Parts: sequence; C-alpha cells; structure tokens
Amino acid sequence: MTKVVVAMSGGVDSSVAAALLKEQGYDVIGMMLRLWSEPGKEESNRCCTPDAMAQARRVAAQLDIPFYVIDAKDVFRETVVEYFLEGYARGETPNPCLICNREIRWTFLLNHALALGADFMATGHYARVKKDERGKIDLLRAVDRNKDQSYVLHVLDQEKLRHALFPVGEYTKPEIRAIAEKHGLPTASRKDSQDLCFLAGEDYRNFLQRNAAEMLKPGEIITRDGETIGSHDGLANYTIGQRKGLGVASPVPLYVITKDAVRNTLVVGTQEQLGSKELIARDVNWLSGEIPQEPFRAEVKIRYTAKEAEALIMPMEGNQAQVTFDAPQRDITAGQAAVFYQGDTVIGGGIIL
Amino acid sequence: MIYLDYSATTPVDSRVVDAMTPFFNASFGNPLSVHRFGQIAEAAIDSSRELVARVLNCKPDEIIFTSCGSESDNLAIRGAAYAMREKTGANWILASRTEHPAVTKTLEHLGKYDGFLIEWLDVNEHGMVTPEIVAKAICDNTAIVSVMYANNEIGTINPIKEIAEICRVNKILFHTDAVQAAAYLPLDVNELGVDMMSLGAHKFYGPKGVGALYVRKGTPLVPHLTGGGQEFNLRAGTQNVPYIVGFAEALRLTEDEREQRAAHIQPLRDKIIGAVLESIPDSQLTGDLESRLPHHASFAFRGVDGNLLLTLLDGAGFACSSGSACKTGNPEPSEVMNAIGLSREWGLGSLRVTLGKDTLPDHIESFLNALPNVVEKARHLK
Repeated sequence: MTKVVVAMSGGVDSSVAAALLKEQGYDVIGMMLRLWSEPGKEESNRCCTPDAMAQARRVAAQLDIPFYVIDAKDVFRETVVEYFLEGYARGETPNPCLICNREIRWTFLLNHALALGADFMATGHYARVKKDERGKIDLLRAVDRNKDQSYVLHVLDQEKLRHALFPVGEYTKPEIRAIAEKHGLPTASRKDSQDLCFLAGEDYRNFLQRNAAEMLKPGEIITRDGETIGSHDGLANYTIGQRKGLGVASPVPLYVITKDAVRNTLVVGTQEQLGSKELIARDVNWLSGEIPQEPFRAEVKIRYTAKEAEALIMPMEGNQAQVTFDAPQRDITAGQAAVFYQGDTVIGGGIIL
Repeated sequence: MIYLDYSATTPVDSRVVDAMTPFFNASFGNPLSVHRFGQIAEAAIDSSRELVARVLNCKPDEIIFTSCGSESDNLAIRGAAYAMREKTGANWILASRTEHPAVTKTLEHLGKYDGFLIEWLDVNEHGMVTPEIVAKAICDNTAIVSVMYANNEIGTINPIKEIAEICRVNKILFHTDAVQAAAYLPLDVNELGVDMMSLGAHKFYGPKGVGALYVRKGTPLVPHLTGGGQEFNLRAGTQNVPYIVGFAEALRLTEDEREQRAAHIQPLRDKIIGAVLESIPDSQLTGDLESRLPHHASFAFRGVDGNLLLTLLDGAGFACSSGSACKTGNPEPSEVMNAIGLSREWGLGSLRVTLGKDTLPDHIESFLNALPNVVEKARHLK
C-alpha cells in the first residue's frame, strides 16, 4: 500500500481529504503541526488550539488512522512570523501563508512525512495536480472556483509537487460537506482563511504592536507631488487602496497609493491615480521548473481574493517578471503575490515589488 | 508492533481475566448486602484482601482497595496530612522532587489550599533520594515523608528501608508510592518498615481501574471518599468486586513468578543499555545503573525531540515512551529530567524502554537494529 501523510487541522477539508484517501486504498497517517503559541493566547490561536488538535485526533480515531503531532514552533517563528514582521518593516503587506506553505508544510512537514516512509503528503487544499505525458506535474485550480486555493500553492516546485496529493480539489465544497456527513466527520468550517493563523483572531496591528512596536513610527502623509498634508501613526497600519481613517481633510476622496518605508512616508492620491497597468514581481517561481524564454499572455491574480486580470508576462533577469495588464488595476500591493494562470493551470508567481 | 512500554501499562494476564469473570455476571452481588448474593461477593473481597495481605506480610485490615495508584497516593497523603495535623499539629510534608504527579500535585494543592508546608527533597544525579538527605530535612514539625520505592521515568530504586528507619525513629509517617516497583520488587512492608504503600494493578498484569493502599495499624487517616463506610470507613463506594479480585490474582501471580520474570527480563534490558550507549552518539543512561528496576532502560539523547522520536519509533513499529513527550506537540523536559540536572538539550530527548514478561530476544534484536537510524533521523529532521 502506498503511504501518505495527511496534514490535518481538525477542519472539514483536511478531515475529508484523509477519508477520501483511505477510501482510495492508501495507507493513511494523520499529522498535525504545533505552529505557534504566544504566551497567554494559547487557547485562541486558530490553527493549533487544544480544541483543534482534539478535533483532529478524534477524526483520526474515527478513520482508524495513526495520528502524530510535530512541534514546529521554532521553525515557524523563525521563517513565517519573522517574514511577516520583516515585510511590514519594508513597507509591504506580506502574505506569510506563502512562506508557510513552502517552508513549513512542503519542506518541514514533507520531510517528516518522508522520514515516516510516506511517498506522498496530502492537504485539504482546494487545488489539483496532474501529471502530463512528459512526466511534468501541473498545478491546477480546484474544480470549485470559489474555494480555489491554488494561489497560495504557486510556491511549490516539481520536486514538492511530485509528492503532493490534493484530494478535495476534485469536489465542490457542498460535495465535501456531504462526504463529511456521510463519514460522520465534523462538517463545520472554521472562519474563512483570511485571518492569519498566528494572529489568534485579532487585528494584525495589535500583533505588530506587541511584537514589533518599533515598526509603528509616525511619519508624514504626502501627495504624489511631495506635498505634506498630514501625518500617519505607522506605515504598517495602512493598506494600499485604503480610503478611510487617513485623518486628512480633502475635497476629494484620497486613497493610499504607496508606502515609502525608506522615508517613512505614506503617499496618497485620488482614485484616478490609484490604478496601475504594470507591476514587477520578484523571486518568481515557475511551476514547470523552466523559465519561459518568450513573453506570454496569462490571467493574473494580484491577491488571493482578486479577480483574474488579463496581462502580458515578460520574464526578466534575476528571477523577476514584468506584468503589464490590459486594463489598469487598483490596489497593486507590494508584498502580495502575483500569480499567473493559463486556463486552470498555474504557470508561476512572484512577490509584487 | 512491538510493545516496549510496560512501565506505562501492561496487558491483563488471561489468568487474571479468568479469576475476574465470574464476578461480572454470575456472582454480582453487593458485598454489603445481607443476603447470599452479598455474602458471596463479600467473601471474594475478603479472600482478595487476605491474599494481598499475605504478599505484603501485613494484616488484611491494613489493606484498602481504591480505584488506582493515584487515588491511593491521594488518600495516603491527604488523609495522613489532615490526621497528623489534627493529632500533633505537625504540618510540614517532605517529598522528593521526582515523585509521580499524583504525589506532587496533591502536595501542591495541600500547600496552596490547606496551608501545609511542602518541602522538596533533592535527588542525586541518578535520581536517588539518600537517607542523609531525608535525615537532614526532617524536623519537629514534619508530619509525613513520601519517597517513591522506584521511579517510573528513570527506574532508580530508592533506599526505602533506610529512609523508613529514619522516619520511624523520629516518629514521622513514611509513605512510599510503590506503583512502579510492585511488578518486580519485594513488597514485605515489615521488611521495608513503611507506614503506607500505594499500589496500582495495571502495572503488574492486572486491570486498569483498581489499586490498593497499605496503611499500618495505628496510622491516623482522614478519608476523602466518605459515604457508605466501605473499606473500614476509609474509602466509600460499592466495591468493584471483579477488579479487586483481579488485583489480588495479579499480585499473587507477580509474587509467585517475580524471580523468574526478573531473570528473564534483566539480561535483555542490560543488552539494550549496553548496545544503546555504544552505538548511539551523544547518549546517556538516566537513573541509577545498579539500584534499578530490572525491566527498565531509560536514556537521554542530546539534541533530539522526544516526541518526534516516539513518533518515528511508532512508525517503525516500536511502542516506547519519553519523559518529555507531549501528545499536543508542546514538549518540555519533565520534572525528573530537571531534578537530575539534565540541560534542556538533553532533557527534551529522553526515551524510556521498558520490558515485560512476554518480551522476546527477537523484539530486542529488531529494536536495537532500528534505533540508531531512528535517532539519526530525529536529529536530522531538527
């Protein structure tokens, strides 16, 4: 029997993933990571509260599969949380889930899975993998477009994809819930995955305040022309495209356009100034393992929740890519990922500069 | 799967199951009932009590049946603490740092909620409580001393007889938690000189859910389960007849077969110790090498996550345990690891391998073949 480790969270998606794989005849092992434990907040941390862990353990017992918990607190703090704090320090809006998927789930946990003798690791992500005739593995959107999580998985490479299974990607969410019910598994979903797991359900600004207060230094709010029109209380408190809470009197609505971490200034402008047709992505990951030699057209998501937009992608030196949109895009945010799709296939993605 | 965690629990001997079975269905009476059903049940309890008393070399009415070793510890310590304070005003209690949580937690509560003064006795680097340390610590106000007969995590056997003598001379009550020791060590309470001794059946091939407390005649004790007057008014609750019968039968078999079990197991255990220390770098034996339970091997590996080690071992087919593992993935070195002076780097990597009467040389071979690789993997994954 082929051994597969399922990364379990106690939630419906990873529980059903385990059930499906067991049905398909795999030798399934459940594993959960202890990721984060801020002193005093152990109960509310979403991903690995004692409740979530107890839930995952119960599901494993129901499915009659072994279940182990691995401590990843140190590596999580050093890679994911540090990355999060550093991103804000640079004036970006980082997406730590990308780093978590690449370094924690698909490196740290994958290594543990392989050490246990598993050939595959599965998660409850809504995505699909498919091997083509040449043996190359494609990462595809999930069947359920609404739940598709291929965006955060664009960081995977061929080596990791070789070991990946995404059982729930073939189903719609209602179908997954029905399967959960059929197996007597928990069907409740956690709050939707917009909140970061280590924020313990609170605003990220409180987290920054507690862990990196020095980042929240007041500075000036300026227009594109360099005119100072107000002051801000720390760049990290604002997001690109934000309109409310600027504390600036103005006849026309003003929006945050960019954050200048070097000068610690918040640049604001009118709605017309907000859109841009271009972005540069750095540290681009090409899923196929080969950098395209020619520019190509693709649909690009500039945020997990963004709608795809048609663009021309031009690979550049130094693992970068220039993305030129057909139509101007609002809220292009440094630190977020731009992910390129052709049809259902994820071609690649990088961090927006 | 090869089970190497007999200190955690043991399978119930089929002879014990046979002894217990009639009392679930056929002879199910309540021992307190006047009628024949009750008489038969009571007779079974009486026989069981006599049997246990014979093994312990004490009187039957010095045996109180409880639900487990932890309850015995609770009854002994709380019961004696309240009673002694009432009788003599003494309210200091001494216990070693390496006691089982059923003792340490109970003492913490007595300290926090009932105003007792708790003092913790240090142990040497092998986890042993020496008579000298006890002698130095006791004073006029000492009510009770509690030192375990043998330590569950590191296997060290304490000099109970000598410590009991010191307590006797100073008129202090001496309790020993013999839960771990009972499977392999002599339990003659007169030889040992203890005033109270806790036992739990599931460590010596009896069922989980039943234990006993030896209480020397004349020892003042305040019960904490009060009610129907069972167990000499010291532990209320309708007696669990089949389990008490099981306890006694398991103890009888243990006494009868003790020598042969130890003779079978000790060489296998010694082989493990030798092989591990030789083949695995940065490893050390924890606990005393000589004064040690014959079935017990425990190690500390530097730079290893104990929880991860157990996971990999389980995956490889071996069931062991660790003083520092935690099922919720939040491992901390145990109190015992700290008490014997291990740094965190070593303390987190503890492994306990305990053998049983059914352990075969083949099991040990397989285990020793697999362990070095597993430790290597665990180190590498960090």
